[in-house]
Formats: sequence, structure tokens, C-alpha cells
Amino acid sequence: MKRFLGFVRKEFIHIFRDYRTLFILFGIPVAEILIFGFAISMDIKNAGVAFLDLSHDEITHKLSDKIISSGFFRKTEDLLSYNDIDKVLKKGHTKAVIIFEEDFGRNLIREGKASLSIIADGSEPNTATLITNYTTAIVNDFNMGLAGTQVSSALKIIPEVKMFYNPNLQSHFMFVPGVITLILILICALMTSVTITREKEFGTMEVLLVSPLRPVQIILGKVTPYFILSFINVLLILALAWFVFGLPVKGSLVLLLAETMLYILMSLSLGILISTVSSTMQQAIFISLIGLLLPTILLSGFIFPIENMPSVYDYVSLIVPPRYFIVIIKNIMIKGTGLMYIWKETLILAAMTTVFIAISIRKFKIRLE
Amino acid sequence: MRTILYLIRKEFIQIFRNKFISKAIFAVPIVQMLILVPAVTFELKNVDIVIIDKDLTPESRGLISKLAGSTFFRISGKTWSEKEAENLMLHNKCDIILHIPDEFGMNIGNGKPAVLQAGIDAINSSSAQLSWAYINGIIRDYNSDITIDNISTSGVSSFPIIDITNRYWYNEELNYKYYMLPGILVILVTAIGFLLAGLNMVREKEIGTIEQINVTPVRKHQFIIAKMVPFLLIGLIDLGVGLSIGKLAFNIPFEGSILLMFLGAAIFLIAVLGLALFLSTFSGSQQQYMFVAFFCMIIFILMSGIFTPYESMPQWAQDFNLINPVAYLMRINRMVMLKGSSMNDISGELISLGVIAVCFSTFAVRRYRKTA
Repeated sequence: MKRFLGFVRKEFIHIFRDYRTLFILFGIPVAEILIFGFAISMDIKNAGVAFLDLSHDEITHKLSDKIISSGFFRKTEDLLSYNDIDKVLKKGHTKAVIIFEEDFGRNLIREGKASLSIIADGSEPNTATLITNYTTAIVNDFNMGLAGTQVSSALKIIPEVKMFYNPNLQSHFMFVPGVITLILILICALMTSVTITREKEFGTMEVLLVSPLRPVQIILGKVTPYFILSFINVLLILALAWFVFGLPVKGSLVLLLAETMLYILMSLSLGILISTVSSTMQQAIFISLIGLLLPTILLSGFIFPIENMPSVYDYVSLIVPPRYFIVIIKNIMIKGTGLMYIWKETLILAAMTTVFIAISIRKFKIRLE
Repeated sequence: MRTILYLIRKEFIQIFRNKFISKAIFAVPIVQMLILVPAVTFELKNVDIVIIDKDLTPESRGLISKLAGSTFFRISGKTWSEKEAENLMLHNKCDIILHIPDEFGMNIGNGKPAVLQAGIDAINSSSAQLSWAYINGIIRDYNSDITIDNISTSGVSSFPIIDITNRYWYNEELNYKYYMLPGILVILVTAIGFLLAGLNMVREKEIGTIEQINVTPVRKHQFIIAKMVPFLLIGLIDLGVGLSIGKLAFNIPFEGSILLMFLGAAIFLIAVLGLALFLSTFSGSQQQYMFVAFFCMIIFILMSGIFTPYESMPQWAQDFNLINPVAYLMRINRMVMLKGSSMNDISGELISLGVIAVCFSTFAVRRYRKTA
């Protein structure tokens, strides 16, 4: 035990000596949380819209003012003819063109019907849908105002909505759990796989192997510091979420931390597994960074919900561990549920950990070839 | 010039000596594109609704069948108990609870407003908003079905209506694959170039072989160029492979000039490789460089507008993107591929990228010290 502790101390010294890495280790989650919180959002704001007003009457002016003053849009230019549409959309600053037909106002008043068309740039599908949805809502609203009392009597069903768990529809309810999930698996897998392959590549592994330490102790000694650092990282993210966004942990903090430890263990054992199959650091980095980064972001349900994907992905994503942890952490943090609701996911993570460790033990070579 | 060619040859030998890396450089992008591109979509599908129908009248049934008929929603269960419904939501078994109270049908019949409640799991706020918009649309439709029935019977004249039509250009069906493929391609090219080039340089430092170069008459810029060219070529080949997959597997349209895309990517790669080699001069070990690279990549990629609209970002974020090469290539790729934008349309982006490329490469040459 004393030997083991000594070894852990050696590893800590290695880590602390490299203060730049340590700084980045804690800098990454902070930067991510701030970017997700303050820089990017799925919603549109100031999206560039151009108008092609073939009528130029009082109503079209009012309506275009109403559209612009909503805050979702920013007017880029006024077009003169249909031929300009392609040109402005290709430039990329304008995301949609709103077209009022000729004699829009007169048609609306005399014939009771006028038409407006929206041409949106479909190369950004999400933005395009939001722009058409918002514009349609604004125009409908304007239409209601024109129609006055006649409509209110026609509207019979009044839908009311209650947003569960996140009544103010804040995006950090989604990204804080996502960032924790992403950061933990990447950092743990990267760190462990790299530090172990480093010893292999430099030949210092042999020094360790001939020492009285047993292989298990060497591996445990390697991962213990990262276990502790990752755990501190989680506390840091939770604190940041709490102080910056006021996002509390609704369920049991103890349960959350226990589940996090399980997830860290899983990630560390994945890192060990990667290290047993890689001979150089570059290889380990390649597998853990390029191989894990995109699948973790895209297939875990972090940003893109799994149920929207084609049905094969119900099965493909089964082997992506973050998928389970995202469910667990959302349940505990945001819904406030207990172990009863997440025991299945917990068991799967535990099973994955066991499998990774079992394979690593079988593959671990005590001798260098 | 001959010196550079020899050095480039040396780099290629070094890269391809590692069996794993030499295969992975090409295999990983192919596999990831095939798996990831079809997966990512914001399109709403199969949203599970649990219905609490306390009314059980033709009106409530009519509305339910209208919901069931839409492609977005799936009626996953019916119950009488609100508690049970909420429990299902806690278990992630449903996304929406629709509660139809018992006077619903009667109120509609009497011409009184009928209230209806929808409870939506809003952890993912954008999905929740979208679901709500769709439900609202369906209810509005249903509403006007009833209204038209009434109007036609009572003969009330209709009010002025603004008829809205919308069309999506360049991607009529709003196929997300068209949107994601150019984006994912940019990430893969960035990851491979940025990571491998820097690691390669730091590795020479770490194992000491850089000293052997330093004692030769090889000039600084020759060395840096020789480090860049192989990864530039690998990146462009990866781009070509990725584009072929896009065409063959996903049938993504190619509106613009392929040459223009390669030109953009080449300038981009010079910028990214320059930055990679510049950063590598600050790192003593591969581990350290990897973290720096990881940090930069995460920031560059998230801020580039890959998943999120670029214009919604606050001003400071857009200002930051002036030096973010990934943001430029993300725009160039999508514009050229999907919209067929010409050299003229993207000249601003190309020039900015060019300036970044020159700056970063100069920094890299300047910072590199031949003396230890």
C-alpha cells in the first residue's frame, strides 16, 4: 500500500510539474460552458432578411416593419426584382427573402386575400425552418389584428402549455449535462491512454514493470490522479452552472456524484483499453480524440435527440457510453428523480466498465516485445 | 527547393511508417462520415404523446386522430391519471402529455372557448419549442376545420386573409445531410491536420530528433514548409474522399465548382497547419500539445456555426470568428457546395483566410528556434 501511495505521488508530481496542461484541463470545461451559455444558441436572432416589395403600400410597409421589429430579423436590403433573390442568397448574409405580391394592400382590402411568399435559404435547414415559422407567426398575428373581432369568435380551442422541468426554456438545462458528459469521457480516456502509452513509447514502462510494483498497482496508480482531477472538474462545472446560470441539482447530490464516479471509472477503463491497443502516443491520441470526439457529441443525444435519428441509430448508439450517462445526469440534475428511474442505465455503465477492464487485463503485456 | 523536396520525402516516410496512423488517416473519416452524417438532424420525428382524454366526445377523438395522423407525433399511450402520465414522463417514456378536460366537446358545441393543456418535457428547449409549434399548428388546423363547418352553415363572410407560401431554395426538402456533410467534413479535416502536424513536430522535440535537423544547414522556413506540405496533401485527399462519399452515399448536390472548394480548403489548411506548428513550439511534450490542440479545436468548432446559426451569436463572438479559420471554411463549403456560390461571392472569406494563413505561418517560422 505504501509503495502504491508512493507511486501515486510520483504521478501527481508529473502532472503538477506540467502546469500548462493542468491549466487547460480545467480551462476546457470553463470555456465550453461559457461558449454554450453566452456565445451560441440554436435560436435565431438578427437573421438577415431581404424584402422584395412589389406593392409598396401602407400595409406592406407596416407588415415589414412589424417583421423587423420582432428582433429575430435584421433587414439586409430591399430587392427590386426576382432576379436579385439568387444573388443575395448566394452572398450568404441574407437567409431569406420575403416577397409581397403586386397590389398586396389593394388585394387584401378589396378581394379579402393577398399573398406573401417566403423564400428561405435551405442550405441551413434549421435557420430556414425557424425563419419561416417566426415570419408566419408574425404575419398571422398581423392578420388577426386586421380581422379584429371576427376571428376571436372563430377561435374555439385555446391550447395552453406547461413546459415541464424547464419552464423558462433555458438552453443550459441541456448543455450543462452534455458538457459534463463530453468532457469527462474525453479527458479521462485521453489522459489515461496517453500517460500509459508514453511510458511504453519511451521505454520507461520496463523500468516500472521490473519494479516490485504489480501491474495492477501501476495501472491503478496511473489512473488514480486522473480520477481525482476529473472529479474536481465535475465539481467545478456544477459550481459554475450554479453560480453563473443558477442551475441547481434538483435530485440527490450524493447520488449524482456517485454516478459521476461510476462514469469516470468507465471512461478511465476505456482509456486503459485504448492504451493496451496503441503502441505510440499519436495512436492513442488519434483513437481517443478523433475517434471519440464526434461520436460523443453527435450520437449521445447531447445536441441531437436520438429519437429523431433513423431507427438504426437506436442500436448504433447503444454502444456509445455517454448516451446512458446523459440520461442519468439529466434525470438527477433536472428532473430530480432517484435511482429507481435510472438503475438500468447505471447497470449498463457498470457492465461496460467491467468489460473494458476485463479486456484490458487480458491484453496487458507484462513484457515488452 | 531540392532540400524541401527531400525533407518532404522524409516526412512522408515518417508518417507512413506508423501502420496505424497511415491507415487511420483515411479510414476514420470514411467511417465517421458514413455513420454520423445520416444521424444528425433537428427534424422532429416520433415525439411520444400520452393522452389524458377525460372528454371522450367526437370532438376530442377528432383532434386525437388528427395528431396521430401527423408524422411528428406518435400516440404512445392513453391514461386517465395525470400522475401516471407524469410518471411516464419521468421515465422518459413520453415527451408530451396532452390533457383534454371533460367539457371540451360540450364547449365547442356551445360555441364557448374550449381549453386544452399540453405538458412538454422541456429539458431540450429547442425541441420543446418546436413540438409546441407543431401541436399548435395541428390544433389551429383542427380549429379551422370546425370553423369552416360553422361558417358554411351560418353563412358568415370570411375576413381578409394573408396567404403565406414558403419555399426553400438550394435544399427544398430541408435535408439535414446536405447541411451536416460539409460541416462534419470540415471538422475531420481540421482534426487530422491540426492534431497530427503539431504532434509530429512535438514528437521530434520529445525524442530529440529535431536536434539532428537543427545542426544541418536546413533553413527555418524550409523545415516548416516540409512539415506542412504532407499534411496539406493528406487533408486535401481526405476532403476528396469525403466529397466522394457525399456524392456516392448521400447523393449530395454539387452546385458550385469543386476546384473552388479545394482552393478554399488548401488556404484553410495552410492557416490551420501554421497555427498548429506555431503552437507546437510552445509545447515540450505531445501530451501538452494535445491538450492545447484539443482546447483550440473545441472552441473553433463550437464557435464556427456548425450546429448553430452564425448571426445569432453576440458581437464579441462574431468578432472572435474573424480569426477562426474553421468558421470561414464552414461557410465557404456550404455556400459553394449547396448554393453554387462563385469566387466572387466568397472572395471576402477567401481573402480573410489567406491573411490568417500568411500570419500563422509567419508566426510558426519566426517562433521556431534552431538553437536549443
